Amino acid sequence: MSLLTRETIRSFRRAPMLSALSITTIAFSLFTVGLFGLVAVNMREALRGISTRVQIEAFLLRGTPPETITLASQDIAAFPEVEAVVYVDEDQALQRAQQELVEFKDAYRDLQVNPLPASLQVTLKEEYRDAASAAAVARRIEGFSFVDDVRFGQEWIERLDRLRNLAGFVGLVIGLAFAAVAVVIIGVTIRMTVLQRAREISIMRLVGATDAFIRGPFLLDGALKGLLGGLLAILLSRAAFELFRRNSTTGLHTLLFFEPKHLALGILFGVAIGLGGSLVSVGRHLRNV
Amino acid sequence: MAYPRGGMAVKDLSFRVAKGEFVFLTGHSGAGKSTILKLISADLRPTHGELRVSGFSIGELTAREVPKLRRRLGIVFQDFRLLQDRTAEENVAFALEVTGARPDTIPTRVHRVLTQVGLASRGRAYPTELSGGEQQRVGIARALVNDPPILLADEPTGNLDERSSRGVFQLLRDINAGGTCVVMATHELALVRQTQYRVLEMREGSLVFDSAEERIATEGVS
Repeated sequence: MSLLTRETIRSFRRAPMLSALSITTIAFSLFTVGLFGLVAVNMREALRGISTRVQIEAFLLRGTPPETITLASQDIAAFPEVEAVVYVDEDQALQRAQQELVEFKDAYRDLQVNPLPASLQVTLKEEYRDAASAAAVARRIEGFSFVDDVRFGQEWIERLDRLRNLAGFVGLVIGLAFAAVAVVIIGVTIRMTVLQRAREISIMRLVGATDAFIRGPFLLDGALKGLLGGLLAILLSRAAFELFRRNSTTGLHTLLFFEPKHLALGILFGVAIGLGGSLVSVGRHLRNV
Repeated sequence: MAYPRGGMAVKDLSFRVAKGEFVFLTGHSGAGKSTILKLISADLRPTHGELRVSGFSIGELTAREVPKLRRRLGIVFQDFRLLQDRTAEENVAFALEVTGARPDTIPTRVHRVLTQVGLASRGRAYPTELSGGEQQRVGIARALVNDPPILLADEPTGNLDERSSRGVFQLLRDINAGGTCVVMATHELALVRQTQYRVLEMREGSLVFDSAEERIATEGVS
């Protein structure tokens, strides 16, 4: 077994309580970041769900020939922002209105003539579901001579944009704040480990160990603690997630957990904090002794 | 050598120690004995003057060169500075491991040096299971295991009873007889008077007596 591994194991065995405290601190710090991450992931998913409703409706003049509509649909579908174009004729429009606007059901039944026009319903690709893109596409559709009117709920999409921007900004700030607090707490914990081994460090230096050699076991120690803390944080996050989902009575059972790549990032973050914290703490200590 | 906040820790001293020499550094507490040893081991750096140790200029040492210097020094402390969770063997082996010695040579070298200090049978004992004298012998074994040409001993008998003190001192004399230069800081004049070794006496940071010259060096700086 290499000296590096042996010294790292010895460090764990010599101060099991301090090691456990370090791992628990890292775990709970990352758990807090993880809980916030879960909220962020699910909020993003919810906003994504809402944004699927961003749609442009182009009402067509009566009497537009079907072949013109087919050609125009193909043109519009070729726009880079457009995901799909669906033609809704007058009868389908009435049928939908009767289904969706139940309160006017009787009024629609008594109609002698269908007042609803045919339309093209244009869905945008996910990355273009914002007010500016929707308005740009709407303007181009308005250019077709057989298009009577174009609507896309500009105000509603602008509100969605604002909500998305706000959620992104708040998420970034709070996420960074949580991560910063986690880094500070973990750094202090690792500093305690370094101070606990100050005597050993001074002896290592006096017998001629290089600073790089002295750092080695501390870095491995920090990385291992970060790894274990990261794994424990994932377990805690999963447990909290399941507990919340099972006890939720408001249809939150569709909540999402982290994807594997997010979990891997979380563990990497733990290892990086462990390594970085150790590097800074040992470096500072070596400069001061 | 100046204190960071002003005032001189040691000043106005100039001396040269030859290969294989045994030198006592004497003086009261605070006279500057430990400061000189710290300067020699580059634990402190001279703020003025020049200090050369085994070919290294201490004032110009880079951080990378400090370990190289320390591998040419053995250092023994009054408080032994042993790692309490390691056996005597492990404490000695530690000095070899951290300097990158070949792992297959370590047990033999540890056994050799523990035999040299008279602790061959106590290698598996932890520091708490050893007497003060034995702990100091382990400290000396650790200092010797890399075969340094210079051994610095800072009050090595300061925490020991008279009998242990004599034993440790005799061990240092034996080591010196083997060709190792020994610089020993002590305020125990009884030990100093037992021998004819060279004595450097410090007072308030200055060298006031050098038995080799029997006169105060009035010129030169630390």
